Amino acid sequence: MGSMNLLLLADGRFPAGGHAHSGGMETAVATGGVSDLASLHAFLIGRLATAGLAAAGLAAAACTTKHPWDALDAESDARIPSPALREVSRRQGRLLLRAARALWPGSVLDDLGAACGGTPAGARPSVHLVGPHHPVAMGAAAAAAGLEPLDAARAAVFNAVTGPASAAVRLLGLDPLAVHRLLAEMAPDMDDSAHCAAAGSGGPLDALPCPGSILLDLYAQRHALAEGRLFAS
Amino acid sequence: MPPETPPDRLRPLRVGVGGPVGSGKTALVAALCRMLAERLHIGVVTNDIYTTEDADFLRSQGVLDDNRIRAVQTGCCPHTAIRDDISENLEAVEELETRLAPLDLVLLESGGDNLTATFSQGLVDRQIFVLDVSGGDKVPRKGGPSVTSADLLVINKIDLAPMVGADLEVMRRDSVARRGDRAMIFSSLRKTDGAGEIAEWILSEVAQWAKPSSVRG
Amino acid sequence: MRSRSRIAASWSNGRTRLDCIRSCAPIHLRDTPDGVYLVGGAAGPLGGDDLLLEIEVESGATLVVRSAAASLALPGTGGASTVVINTRVAAGACLYWLPEPLIACLGCNHRILIRAVVEAGATVVWRDELILGRRGEMPGGVSNRIDVTLAGRPLIRNELRVGPGAPGWDGPAVAGKAAAIGSLIVISPELAHEPAPPVRLGPTAGILPLQGPAALATAAAADGRELRAVLETAQHLLAG
Repeated sequence: MGSMNLLLLADGRFPAGGHAHSGGMETAVATGGVSDLASLHAFLIGRLATAGLAAAGLAAAACTTKHPWDALDAESDARIPSPALREVSRRQGRLLLRAARALWPGSVLDDLGAACGGTPAGARPSVHLVGPHHPVAMGAAAAAAGLEPLDAARAAVFNAVTGPASAAVRLLGLDPLAVHRLLAEMAPDMDDSAHCAAAGSGGPLDALPCPGSILLDLYAQRHALAEGRLFAS
Repeated sequence: MPPETPPDRLRPLRVGVGGPVGSGKTALVAALCRMLAERLHIGVVTNDIYTTEDADFLRSQGVLDDNRIRAVQTGCCPHTAIRDDISENLEAVEELETRLAPLDLVLLESGGDNLTATFSQGLVDRQIFVLDVSGGDKVPRKGGPSVTSADLLVINKIDLAPMVGADLEVMRRDSVARRGDRAMIFSSLRKTDGAGEIAEWILSEVAQWAKPSSVRG
Repeated sequence: MRSRSRIAASWSNGRTRLDCIRSCAPIHLRDTPDGVYLVGGAAGPLGGDDLLLEIEVESGATLVVRSAAASLALPGTGGASTVVINTRVAAGACLYWLPEPLIACLGCNHRILIRAVVEAGATVVWRDELILGRRGEMPGGVSNRIDVTLAGRPLIRNELRVGPGAPGWDGPAVAGKAAAIGSLIVISPELAHEPAPPVRLGPTAGILPLQGPAALATAAAADGRELRAVLETAQHLLAG
């Protein structure tokens, strides 16, 4: 049952709004950073090693359900310097939590929902900013689905890489077979990242990976103000 | 978290407006807002590629403040956003409903798509499908889920019918064959009251929606 | 080489006093009217070095730390080099960390770990600049991790990695074609009253307001001069 739930959770068709996010790809394409398979590959490798690893660490830690939700929330904020990305992360987290509660109702997700009902400290009171960060919701959803921290890390890594890859197919008209072959080539690295992220899931939260990415942060700020954008991020 | 979806009927009626690119969805939404603004509290969610031109268009049609419009990006998948994965739209609708409460009506305009795009029942309560005559008078005959299942079929730009060689009677006949007695309205939104009949249809749906369930008929 | 150095500043009799300034080679600290200078005593850090610098700034005191020249991270026979900076800034204290850049030379394997514990009401301006190789040279491996807790809450945890062993670092998701990358963190009580707005400082540079009275300016630049100009603009905007 566990691995089937992992497939459900990681599926691009999981109804939590993932299709509308490009993970920075729309701006990378608009600024010429990604234009073909080779530059897509370089983008995805970098995203896996930065945003993907950071998300996987938080998701795995959340999946243990041993850490307080507010501590995970603060650790997430500290790992997302771009305010635009923090808002996107909370929005995606909110949508994921809603969907996951429909699929796997129970105390884990109820607790998370209750814990993130308030306005985070220092934030302007707006419904936009309320809700769990996406990796935390991912980890909690995995726990509710009976999955392990490593599964949560896998789902987070998969999401971080396949989302922008799919966006690149739509934005650049790249051959979907070629893009998927690229993903298959990256699969061992994605697995390694998930293992690396899950290894520290039960330990102190400050030791979780926090790899930063200058361009992804800046792309997100730019995208939030872009005219005529096709993706939400 | 935003509140869970309020119990049925305590929230406003949600009406989806779908149709191919250029058929007049945005113009219809603007016309409805203009005609209904004094009688209903309205929010709008738009799924089209939303630029300041679109916002300016809606603003210039009057009556709709910026804060009553929410734009949703669909990641190049307009049909996914209204049918397979409605979460971004649901989020936008609920945010409007919470922030602007009480609303009577939320209009949700889809991105331009093809004849197979329908709104999910989880997202809207009624759907309007907008065609225009320039697509050819065979479109209603071709059917497709949108033509057959929309609560209201609008055939727009009838002023162009003679110019594009579209036979309105053929369109009416095919539409009835596909849709039975479901509503169908011919319109020309370029006329000032071109959306009058559609506005009346909306008003009656809103009135029906707001009735206590014991007297709903 | 192992080394433990320490700077402690406090406020007494109406002025900042250095209670402790302890240098341990290869780090040499020199008190000047312009601040405490890190003076390059050796071409370091070299592979195998394990250097610790502790900085404490007590309430009311202002400490400025600079360096006389850029430092070079060089390969060595002893494996990786590590620099750890542990700093504590009390409420009402100010710390300005404004050293010259670090140059990641070919073949280096260098780690920097910065841990800052900052009390509410403190002011911190922290600049990090990394030049990716000497002229025409590919950089070695550098990881720069900064962890700041403000009033007991994590404010920013950010590790930037470049060079071999940092997948995708020179790709379009991380640092692109930059030859110099850097950041400036500003924590200031004034940002609590008037939060920093996000500002674009160029195609690949900008100010990111953090969750709290703080902001991060981040930049991927064509060279060290461009990087410095961007970070100085950010400092001007954020810290006057």
